[in-house]
Amino acid sequence: MLLLLYLCCSGGKCELQESQPAQLSNRPTVKPSNNEPQAFPEEERASLPVFTMDYPRIQVPFEFTLWILLASFAKIGFHIYHKITIWIPESCLLIVIGLIVGGIMHAVKEEPPTALSSNAFFLYMLPPIVLDSGYFMPTRPFFENCGTVLWYAVVGTLWNSVGIGISLFAICQFEVFGLQDINLQENLLFAAIISAVDPVAALNVFEDMGVNEQIYIVIFGEGLFNDAVTVALYSMFSFLADMPVVESADVFLGVARFFVVAFGGVLFGLLFGFAAAFTTRFTHNVRQIEPLFIFMYSYLAYLVAECFAISSILAIITCAITMKYYVEENVSQRSCTTIRHVVKMLATISETLIFFFLGVITVTVEHEWNWAYIVFTLVFAFFWRIIGILVLTQIINPFRTIQFKYKDQFGLAYGGLRGAICFALAFTLPDSINRKDLFVTGSIAIIICTVFIQGISIRPIVEYMNIRKTNKDMHTINVEVMEHIVCGVEDLCGQWSHYYWKDKFKKFNDRVLRRILVRDHRAESSIVSLYKKLELQNAIDLLDTPIGDLSAAPSIISLQDEKKEASRPKKKFMAADVRNMHDILSKNMYKIRQKTMAYTNKYNLPDESRTREILIRRHASIRRTIRAGSFRDPPERNIPRSQKYYSLQPGGDLEAAFALRRRSHGSGSGDVDHLSAHVQFAGASARSSSRSSVPMRRLNTIEEMKNPAEQPAVSVHPPPRSNGEDALNKTGPGSLGGSSLRGRRGPVPAPRRSSSDWVEEDANDSEDTGERVDPPQLPPPRGWVPENQDPGENGAGNALIRQSPHRSMRF
Amino acid sequence: MGASQTHSEYQYLADKTGFSLEQIKNLHKRFQQLSGNEDTISKENLDSIPALANNPIRKQIIDAFFDKRNQHQEEVGSFEEIGFEQFLMVMSHFRPPTLKTTEEEKEALRKEKLRFLFNMHDTDNDGVITLEEYRKVVEELLSKSGAIGQEAAKAIADAAMLEVASTNVPHMAPDDFYEGITFEHFEQILKGLEMESRMHIRFLDVDTTTMRCGKSTS
Repeated sequence: MLLLLYLCCSGGKCELQESQPAQLSNRPTVKPSNNEPQAFPEEERASLPVFTMDYPRIQVPFEFTLWILLASFAKIGFHIYHKITIWIPESCLLIVIGLIVGGIMHAVKEEPPTALSSNAFFLYMLPPIVLDSGYFMPTRPFFENCGTVLWYAVVGTLWNSVGIGISLFAICQFEVFGLQDINLQENLLFAAIISAVDPVAALNVFEDMGVNEQIYIVIFGEGLFNDAVTVALYSMFSFLADMPVVESADVFLGVARFFVVAFGGVLFGLLFGFAAAFTTRFTHNVRQIEPLFIFMYSYLAYLVAECFAISSILAIITCAITMKYYVEENVSQRSCTTIRHVVKMLATISETLIFFFLGVITVTVEHEWNWAYIVFTLVFAFFWRIIGILVLTQIINPFRTIQFKYKDQFGLAYGGLRGAICFALAFTLPDSINRKDLFVTGSIAIIICTVFIQGISIRPIVEYMNIRKTNKDMHTINVEVMEHIVCGVEDLCGQWSHYYWKDKFKKFNDRVLRRILVRDHRAESSIVSLYKKLELQNAIDLLDTPIGDLSAAPSIISLQDEKKEASRPKKKFMAADVRNMHDILSKNMYKIRQKTMAYTNKYNLPDESRTREILIRRHASIRRTIRAGSFRDPPERNIPRSQKYYSLQPGGDLEAAFALRRRSHGSGSGDVDHLSAHVQFAGASARSSSRSSVPMRRLNTIEEMKNPAEQPAVSVHPPPRSNGEDALNKTGPGSLGGSSLRGRRGPVPAPRRSSSDWVEEDANDSEDTGERVDPPQLPPPRGWVPENQDPGENGAGNALIRQSPHRSMRF
Repeated sequence: MGASQTHSEYQYLADKTGFSLEQIKNLHKRFQQLSGNEDTISKENLDSIPALANNPIRKQIIDAFFDKRNQHQEEVGSFEEIGFEQFLMVMSHFRPPTLKTTEEEKEALRKEKLRFLFNMHDTDNDGVITLEEYRKVVEELLSKSGAIGQEAAKAIADAAMLEVASTNVPHMAPDDFYEGITFEHFEQILKGLEMESRMHIRFLDVDTTTMRCGKSTS
């Protein structure tokens, strides 16, 4: 409930905010007919009107709401048939819808909303988008690649704008084109505008395809920071464009200003970020308004920076990055969820609206079409981008550990779509520019060309080129071993490269910053914080009231799952078990290099599936323990009893299986059932599951399982299953491992599950199934797909045979 | 060897190991630091590196340095002490590929790295990583965390082993026994993995442990 309320409030707040600029508009209307009855009350006699209508009073927010709704409906529409958005980027579709609406408005001679004035854009539409990027930036890979990112973002943007600007200026010198009146400053200004890269479409594609994290983060960071650079350049050039004569001193001042703008932005961002973190230290008594601080502080950073004419984008990004870490430790779980959702929501709305308006305005605005200028703009934009990437990569490559190959460079170059920022900047050009219409047309042309042509073709091309994929899904023990070796050897040869700075910062962070900014500031190891999260989650879920259903984790989960189902069919094969196992490893091993990636894109919350996975399993099991009564009727009776170790089938099976598991958590399934199975197993003949009806019972069960009495029963082991040869029999007694592991650690799904399978099979094999007739059937947990295996030929060997076709993807 | 290392000796090592002269110089400095200006280095020297103290597979890593198999020669067994040349040879397994390396070279490099990794697991040098050996490594890996006990480690090792078995011998008869991971199988399981980009260390040309993080702009 609370969450909904927050969402509503924040949503309302956003609309209010964004509707203010619309007041500047000279009565934009969606439905002209609504204007008619406006003067009603005044014309009547003084008698009390029974029914009045005061449309002008609500007009602006009303219409703005309608616009947002319309755009959001369009978004819903695309995702009904989700395959569309796989092949055609959402921005394309939004532009198309915008074009249609614009066409209709044009036909009925209606003015477009002028809500997109310069102020409105910079004060209301841009901050949410940038905040979103900053807040969900994958911090670790970013800082690992910060040099490259900044290199591309700053130098690349300068390169592009100067290159394009000068080449266009050269083109303008030809008399045939009739463009002599555009001077160099204006060309540079225009070039700066169209240098702003908007990588959303490319990022979506890259993420879907699992392109390696290096390219991903470079494109992400480039898009983020080059906005800042572009806006700075834009303000500089538009200032220059106003000046009749530019002296060389002005150029130097311009450069100096550029640095002031950049570092000032970072400084303000840090300031407000720490202020926000510090504030949330004290908000634990007023959880209701916790999320508000995040938005207010970041917005404040933005506004103050804007006030001093320094880079407000940098300010808000820095603010978000700075405070995120501390704030998320200070605020409650729910506030955290709220913050994330609202950030996402605001950003999505803003961006949707911008693309939508882009479509509308393309039709309704006055255009000045000059073939030569626009064609050359397109050519130069593409040309300079490619050359720029090639050259810059050659320079940066020697400094990089993992160098960009030509394929990667192509991916980088081709990912450079133009988007919202470019459009908004063009549209907010001052009127003093004499060929403004041409610039607007040129910008729209380049946006539409890149978004449609590159945006649609990037997926097939990247697929065809087979750009280096990430190894995200391939974590195995061996990989972990390898990483540790590398770490060790690195230590041994005493060269840490940039991990050194990371360690330094971590120390400083633990000693100083956390002490000041975080309420509960003990430096935690990741396992402790994970445990805390687990406990918190338990507490929430044990309530299991309607509020509980609205609570934080499930909503994130559902968001994630829907997204997964919707647009990432390929990710369905994720081997949950491998992941879990890797999770154990990564959470417990030497911690120099934990590679937990949180990728994110514009429309999605970052993936926390690992922690989440554990959470789900653990709290589901506890919940089941509490509701013991429902154990009795296992509805999954007909699920075949032997489940494959690691078996995983592509396609719907897995989703279905997961859904089944998640939705039927009330019914006896999973952990507890088979825990109780073990109780029976261990020779405790009482098989009433009511023993598990007390939460603590679970722990007792665990104790029992460690009982030596159990050992003979569980002396089955995977390798013996696959052969039964004597070589491994000596390890028999030790092989209790699987089961007591299960007891001790709730979130160790894979080994636990497997051992129980072995045990079950053993139950079948060893003839004394009489008294433990039915070990409760295991429902397929996530990632486990039951296979209809003939009980007659159960044997791990077969299991191995069966699963083999599906395994290739993990290796 | 020692401080009087001449240029030509460096050159010889550079040709042999593929390191640049600068890198060799730096590594030599480190070597001397580790050995206490001796010509050879012993296990105890490496054992006392503080930075390594937390690494759960410290023992394996150190052993790898004294393993004759990692010296690009056909010998087996282990050294008691290693000189700088041997030290470099082991280090050379972690050279990152450059843009210039050809495909074949990369393949060779990859195989070399894999072999190194394999040798690390295969302690008794019989060409097969048995379950025992594998378990041992996993146990070591997890030994630093109190939360997970030996049994868990075993279970994980078993699972991993099973994983390997099922990848490599898909059509195993029920009675077959998967003896252990051979090098070919090992290659197979790590096939999709970009060894070059993962198992490497960027040996610095600059002699400093406080390298800047490469912020080249702004």
